[in-house]
Amino acid sequence: MMGRTIFIDPGRCIGCQACVSACRECDSHRGKSMIHLDYTEPGMSVASLPSVCMHCEDPVAPCAEVCPADAILVTADGVVQQADTTRCIGCSNCVNACPFGIPKIDLQAKLQMKCNLCYDRTAYGLAPMCATVCPTGALFYGTLEELQAERPGVQVADSFVFGDVVVQTGVAMVVPADKVQWPVPGGLPVVEINGKDVR
Amino acid sequence: MTATDPSKRASLPIDPSIAPPGTRNFRDAGGIPADQWHADQNGETLVPTHCCFCGVQCGMYLRVDKGGKVFGVEPRNHDINRMRLCPKGINAYQQVNHPDRLTAPLMRRSRDEEFKECSWDEALDFTVSEIRRIQEAHGNDAFGLLGGASLFSEKTYLVGKFARVALKTKHVDYNGRLCMVSAAGANKLAFGIDRAGNPFSDILLTDCLLIAGSNVGECFPVMTQYLWGARDRGASLIVIDPRETAIARTADIHVALKPGTDSAFFNAVLNVVIAEGLTDEAYIAAHTTGWEEVKKTVAEYPPSRSAEICGVPASQIVQVARVFAGADRAMAWHARGIEHHSQGVENCLSVINLCVATGHIGKPGAGYGTITGQGNGQGGREHGQKSDLLPGGRSIGNPEHRKQICRIWGIEESELPGAGTSMMEMVWQMQRKEIRGLIGICNNPFVSLPNYAVVKDGYDTAEFHAQFDFFLSETAANAHVVFPVTTWAEDEGVMANAEARVVKHNKAQEPPAGVRTDTWVICELARRLGAGKHFDFPGSREVFEELRVASAGTVNDYYGITYDRLDETGGIVWPCPSTEHPGTPRLFEDGRTYHPDGKIHMQVVEWHPPMDAYTEEFPLSLTTGRTVAHFLSGNQTRRLGALVEQTPRPWVEVHPSHGFRNGEPVRVVTRRGSEVFPALVTEAIRPDTVFIPYHWPVPTSANALTIDALDPRSKIPEYKVCAARIEAAERVDEVPAPPTPPGREAYPEAQVSRTDPLPPTAPQGRGTAERS
Ligand code: SF4
Ligand code: SF4
Repeated sequence: MMGRTIFIDPGRCIGCQACVSACRECDSHRGKSMIHLDYTEPGMSVASLPSVCMHCEDPVAPCAEVCPADAILVTADGVVQQADTTRCIGCSNCVNACPFGIPKIDLQAKLQMKCNLCYDRTAYGLAPMCATVCPTGALFYGTLEELQAERPGVQVADSFVFGDVVVQTGVAMVVPADKVQWPVPGGLPVVEINGKDVR
Repeated sequence: MTATDPSKRASLPIDPSIAPPGTRNFRDAGGIPADQWHADQNGETLVPTHCCFCGVQCGMYLRVDKGGKVFGVEPRNHDINRMRLCPKGINAYQQVNHPDRLTAPLMRRSRDEEFKECSWDEALDFTVSEIRRIQEAHGNDAFGLLGGASLFSEKTYLVGKFARVALKTKHVDYNGRLCMVSAAGANKLAFGIDRAGNPFSDILLTDCLLIAGSNVGECFPVMTQYLWGARDRGASLIVIDPRETAIARTADIHVALKPGTDSAFFNAVLNVVIAEGLTDEAYIAAHTTGWEEVKKTVAEYPPSRSAEICGVPASQIVQVARVFAGADRAMAWHARGIEHHSQGVENCLSVINLCVATGHIGKPGAGYGTITGQGNGQGGREHGQKSDLLPGGRSIGNPEHRKQICRIWGIEESELPGAGTSMMEMVWQMQRKEIRGLIGICNNPFVSLPNYAVVKDGYDTAEFHAQFDFFLSETAANAHVVFPVTTWAEDEGVMANAEARVVKHNKAQEPPAGVRTDTWVICELARRLGAGKHFDFPGSREVFEELRVASAGTVNDYYGITYDRLDETGGIVWPCPSTEHPGTPRLFEDGRTYHPDGKIHMQVVEWHPPMDAYTEEFPLSLTTGRTVAHFLSGNQTRRLGALVEQTPRPWVEVHPSHGFRNGEPVRVVTRRGSEVFPALVTEAIRPDTVFIPYHWPVPTSANALTIDALDPRSKIPEYKVCAARIEAAERVDEVPAPPTPPGREAYPEAQVSRTDPLPPTAPQGRGTAERS
């Protein structure tokens, strides 16, 4: 079972971008936000959701897998770190490989940047900045048990299907109970992605 | 579960350790305490304080470097917000050492001249000589004072005292007049006390939450954790708003009524409650007066009639009545959406009538609240800054109250002026040359008052205008003298949040050279006007001691609140009559109100149409409001890169039925003028309504279009509805780029000139979130 991680609950997000502002305050990439806020149906609804690094686990995080310079390290507890500045050559392979569109390249510095789950905070048992400030709990940091204790009956998914590829992630999404397709080993369900039926 | 499910009537179980979602999870996570990050790094210190902006008053730490300069923010595990912050709170610290800060007084003898920096003596002497000149020629009341609800309560107390004792004028008012005075008036009429009845935490205990006229997600984001906490327990959510806001999107019932029809709606809801026998007759009989008259009036508002007025299905009215009245514990919170009207007080009273008639009052999870816009919107009027109030909420017309205050202030009763007029009325008086000189303290009427042309004319007509501020606001740019004063991080003082919880802000850094506290400037002006002995205050602490005493024994009793107690607690809710008293988070638990008879005085409410009539020429409703990234007139937030990047410019929200494409320039025309905005085409708004956020100055100012009609009782302007039309336009006016925040190379991408006419890409304008 997964340990402490971020759970994203789009149903609660009010689109305030406190997470985006907070991410800029994080000491590891000060002044830049590694979170995007996405709008699911612009013009139709105000629904929004934050995209953080999903810290892919299975297979090895695609960004790390494709990095020719071995700059993206994955810690023993599954956190996919931002590129090691002494190794990164700014080639953008990671940007292209990431199915969630997370890593960014600072073209001038030729350097990749991405969310590292506020490793400087989480290593001490604190929550990442975004999940700390999120006024609504749309970003929740803790264990699945802690989440479920607070939000009875909540369903989450940590597997995403892109065509034929299933990506298992360290960060999980809260999903509507009726969208859950099937349980996968580890006890967590897969959610249908991009209208694709995975059965 | 459907909204009318009878099972909702049974009260939901309450977890005794209930807390807003997510707040229990990382406190005990091991290692260092959750909110003590960085306390020991690089000689950095964390100063506990509160956000300077809205009425939630989130607790935060300011990060102070070895050199004593504020350079960052850390979340703080304070009772109110439990580490949560909105983007304004996170970025607020960047104001403190911003390059735009004013650091020397600015002066000019006429508006044709340029500002020149000058010494404090010159600025103060010139101001005092102008006050003398105007008052000698035209009487004391020819000089006015306008305060602000961003000021600490100590300073608002000083503003009221300075006007009456040093300027000896009756003309003092404050910008809270534009905020929640309708709610204040209604609460005073019904309950004899002007504040929310319940703390935020009661939201977690309720079974049904009704939110009327508040876009909580954007205006009070940190309050959302309480809403979602209530939803986790299964509480129903009813949202009354012409727009489908982030909270309306998830509500059990979203009533998208036509702006300006709120009291017709609430009267009809009460009509159904009575018809279905859902009133709490025992409570009404024991605790109220006026019920028979209210009953008679609401009989005139059957759902069919109100449905027509409000433009909503009658079935929704019935649903709301059943869900609200049928819940074991129900609560109503409201904000500017129902208060900013020429019948703002009546709208609030119609909500109160509903709460009282259903017995939802004075219990954990049952009651009412008003969501304060400004940080000290609540505290700002409690101690005499409002034209008709003396400290402690005393009435300036009441001989007994006048005597009490004159005794405390050491002046003769004959010297104390009577009630003055309201903020908008003072502008009209400036146009008529009845008021010829004005000091404004931390307010920005050029953006915040309705009908900009009138406001500009009024200020331009004034012979002398001085302004206190820490940035050169649009209003300060019109002044003869500008006094550079401190930010909230450079002084200490208290504010009262939307729950009437008094919290203390602490000083995090010394003010920049040349900058003085508002307290110092007011006391110095008083000394030069010959009233020095009444203004011998070295700082906020001494003012607070006098304020405590001045409020003792009143409804707004602060006597038991001390700085030491505030430092030790998460804030104390007044009334607090003694230093042992724990404060009063929930009102009327014993059924008694603050009227002498202890009863709730229910008031008859008749709906009448908005002041600006719809015609063929002006068929639409224009309504205004906030966006999450900006605060009020934007004088502060429009300078902070991250917030500008998030919401660089205003827009007009229009329904797709008008045939505009997203981003097309749209001219919005009202009887006051016309302005061009990019269209944000969205189904989240009624077809007969358009919306513009109001944080920007001309040429993209919502308030160039709004009407300066006032509620006759509260004198709040009718910002939330006026008649308008829209037409295709040529181009969208530019919004200037913000200056660079200091201290680091922060957000260069936000510093580019915003000449690109593209509109926000998403509803609510929070549209700069495309991936980079
Ligand atoms: S802070 Fe939370 S509610 Fe606000 S945009 Fe981010 S995820 Fe959504
Ligand atoms: S603006 Fe209001 S909600 Fe946002 S951080 Fe400040 S006090 Fe909290």
